[in-house]
Amino acid sequence: MRDTLTDIGEVQLRHAEVGGGWRLHQLELAIFVGGVLGALARAGLSDVLPSDGRSWPWATFVANVIGTLLLGFFATRLQERLPPSTFRRPLLGTGFCGALTTFSTFQIELVVLVRHGHALLAGGYLVGSVAAGLASVYFATALTRRARLR
Amino acid sequence: MLVWIGVGVLGGGGAIARSRLDSFVQLRSAGELPRGTLAVNVLGSFCLGVLTGAGVSGEALLLGGTAVLGSFTTFSTWMFETERLAEEGEDRLAITNIAVSLVAGLLAAVIGWALGAAL
Repeated sequence: MRDTLTDIGEVQLRHAEVGGGWRLHQLELAIFVGGVLGALARAGLSDVLPSDGRSWPWATFVANVIGTLLLGFFATRLQERLPPSTFRRPLLGTGFCGALTTFSTFQIELVVLVRHGHALLAGGYLVGSVAAGLASVYFATALTRRARLR
Repeated sequence: MLVWIGVGVLGGGGAIARSRLDSFVQLRSAGELPRGTLAVNVLGSFCLGVLTGAGVSGEALLLGGTAVLGSFTTFSTWMFETERLAEEGEDRLAITNIAVSLVAGLLAAVIGWALGAAL
């Protein structure tokens, strides 16, 4: 199961496998490129939808839901449909989706909302984010698997 | 314009750092709980708490917070790993993964914030 998730161990395992740094650098280059694009997309979103700490943090919510939908799609497709590829997962999964979505900003936004006296909104944002995230993986996975049968 | 180049480069660096710490922790942990993702998310939340508590704002927060720590931590992988645990019938582990991440992440953010404010 760990196999598809991120590149848990993959970078280090491959490093051992090929016995050198060249492949490792290529994998990390793929993660870097995906990370650049994901971070820019998220920062752009928060520029367009700035958060004031007193209302629903739309930028982070949208980035997290879209990134989770995409990861569900990519990971399912790469694991179960396409032939093994070295660079798609680090580029699209670990790099792009990993960087497009964020946990730290999500946590700080919850703390800020509570500090501003919006505990109920914070609770809704927490539950809403987790529910939307799980539903995103579930539906992206189900749709990707169904498409495979056609 | 220049700051966006910084956001891109630092965001890419955050993603590499995540991959490295994630691999490092995951290869050394037993059990089904995805501790690698937990480690990056808790550490990143702590650091963002420090920055916020210390009153870092504007472009410095954009670069250090949004770009580096935003990319370093991940919501999608956390959700993906949780859903796959549930799919495999490991419901208790899935719930544990959600609860531990949130409790530890919020605690780390609050402690970091207090530390940053005290600096």
